[in-house]
Amino acid sequence: MDFLRPTTWAEALAVKAERPEATPIQGGTDVMVEINLDKGRPAALLDLNPIAELRDWTSEDGWLRIGAGVSYTRLIDELGGWLPGLSQASRTVGSPQIRNRGTVAGNLGAASPAGDSHPPLLASDAIVEAESVRGVRMIRIGDFYTGVKRNALEPDELIRAVRVPYAGGPQYFSKIGTRNAMVIAVCSFAIALHPGRRAVGTGIGSAAPTPRRAPEAEEFLAGELDWAGRSPVPPETVRRFGELVAQAASPIDDVRGTRDYRVHALAVMARRTLGWAWTEYRGT
Amino acid sequence: MRVNVTVNGEAMTADDVWEGESLLYALRERLGLPGAKNACEQGECGSCTVYLDGVPVCACLVAVGQAEGRSVITVEGLADGDNLDQVQRAFVECGAVQCGFCTPGLIVQAHSLIASSSGVPEDAEIREALAGNLCRCTGYEKILDAVRLAAARKAAS
Ligand SMILES: Cc1cc2nc3c(=O)[nH]c(=O)nc-3n(C[C@H](O)[C@H](O)[C@H](O)COP(=O)(O)OP(=O)(O)OC[C@H]3O[C@@H](n4cnc5c(N)ncnc54)[C@H](O)[C@@H]3O)c2cc1C
Ligand code: FES
Ligand code: FES
Repeated sequence: MDFLRPTTWAEALAVKAERPEATPIQGGTDVMVEINLDKGRPAALLDLNPIAELRDWTSEDGWLRIGAGVSYTRLIDELGGWLPGLSQASRTVGSPQIRNRGTVAGNLGAASPAGDSHPPLLASDAIVEAESVRGVRMIRIGDFYTGVKRNALEPDELIRAVRVPYAGGPQYFSKIGTRNAMVIAVCSFAIALHPGRRAVGTGIGSAAPTPRRAPEAEEFLAGELDWAGRSPVPPETVRRFGELVAQAASPIDDVRGTRDYRVHALAVMARRTLGWAWTEYRGT
Repeated sequence: MRVNVTVNGEAMTADDVWEGESLLYALRERLGLPGAKNACEQGECGSCTVYLDGVPVCACLVAVGQAEGRSVITVEGLADGDNLDQVQRAFVECGAVQCGFCTPGLIVQAHSLIASSSGVPEDAEIREALAGNLCRCTGYEKILDAVRLAAARKAAS
């Protein structure tokens, strides 16, 4: 196995172009588990830690550009105020030690349907900034997940950053697991209200081959909410929203939970997060 | 490959390191530092917790090459000779050590919590900080006592 250590981003792209089979490693919290448990030996490891610029984030025109090397811990501490949904989801990842190393870019690289960053990224229309020696590609988050643990990256591409718009309204994330720390989601759900354009964003985790949105639920709710008057959401609307979210999923039975449980839990999480979000909106 | 890393303030070199090897393995098997323990090798138990550039991490999930040129502090690096660090002392005094397997990782993680707190952290905060460190013996109560004691002593000093 080779251990490749580029020190600049340009060098990393050149190495990835030359060695497309090399496995990038950032926090290593997915990659090292695979190696330690001998689930597969990469031909080469491409260490991104030395590239200082990946650890930066910047803010421009209402968007945050989060470098691929920003850990969950730093995201929560430094960006939580702008990105409440992603920050709530980040707080549920693993343990402090895992959050000190793990990154959203690594979560995207792994593209597990259970990855916790995916639902809030979907709900807020994030963009994955992928780059190769051929140039930069801005991939809409909805186009990024292509299958179970598969994503839209080309073999010579690396994730440079994730771009997420500032929250324009309330955002909430909910996750079901058997304990509070260190759990892979049985299923999860994120909601984002976008009052500026009177739209609703959603994201479903661990209940389909890929993370996905619930477009019908989004459209339905956006049309029903009393954006101007801020009156309470009628129970019938809340119920229907939950139903539409659950219908958007296509879960399976597995070791963590059954299909039926996931469908049920998604509807509950959708209703609950809507309740929290609307209460916050009415109070602002 | 060769890896150069500063461990507990001392520049160390490991040779003939396998590229897929973890920092934990290198510390224990090549650098003679068996303090950090190897239990799960998948980030679940925290018994391998060490500081990497001042941040507590699971050493089993850091590829050793990623530690090149960086600073690592293990549980061995906390005491000053025979003089135990105050977190270590509190663990001894409170009976927070039974078989001791989880202890090195818990000490490093608790050390980091206490270093970043001004007073005695709330119970919820301690539990959250230690959520990635499993102990099969103590039932955690004595560990919480030890963390409160060490934090109180630090706040008072
Ligand atoms: C004990 C434990 C608990 C966990 N709990 C959770 C949890 O609760 N929720 C959750 O979502 N995940 C969890 N995880 C999984 C993991 O921590 C996350 O997926 C994390 O986001 C991975 O980030 P990383 O930087 O460590 O990735 P790495 O392990 O470094 O990489 C992961 C994947 O992404 C690729 N990659 C990394 N960076 C780039 C880049 N810049 N460009 C292209 N590809 C890249 C890698 O090649 C690899 O395929 C847990 C893991 C452990 C060990
Ligand atoms: S051995 Fe590293 S977390 Fe268990
Ligand atoms: S004292 Fe035995 S595992 Fe904690």
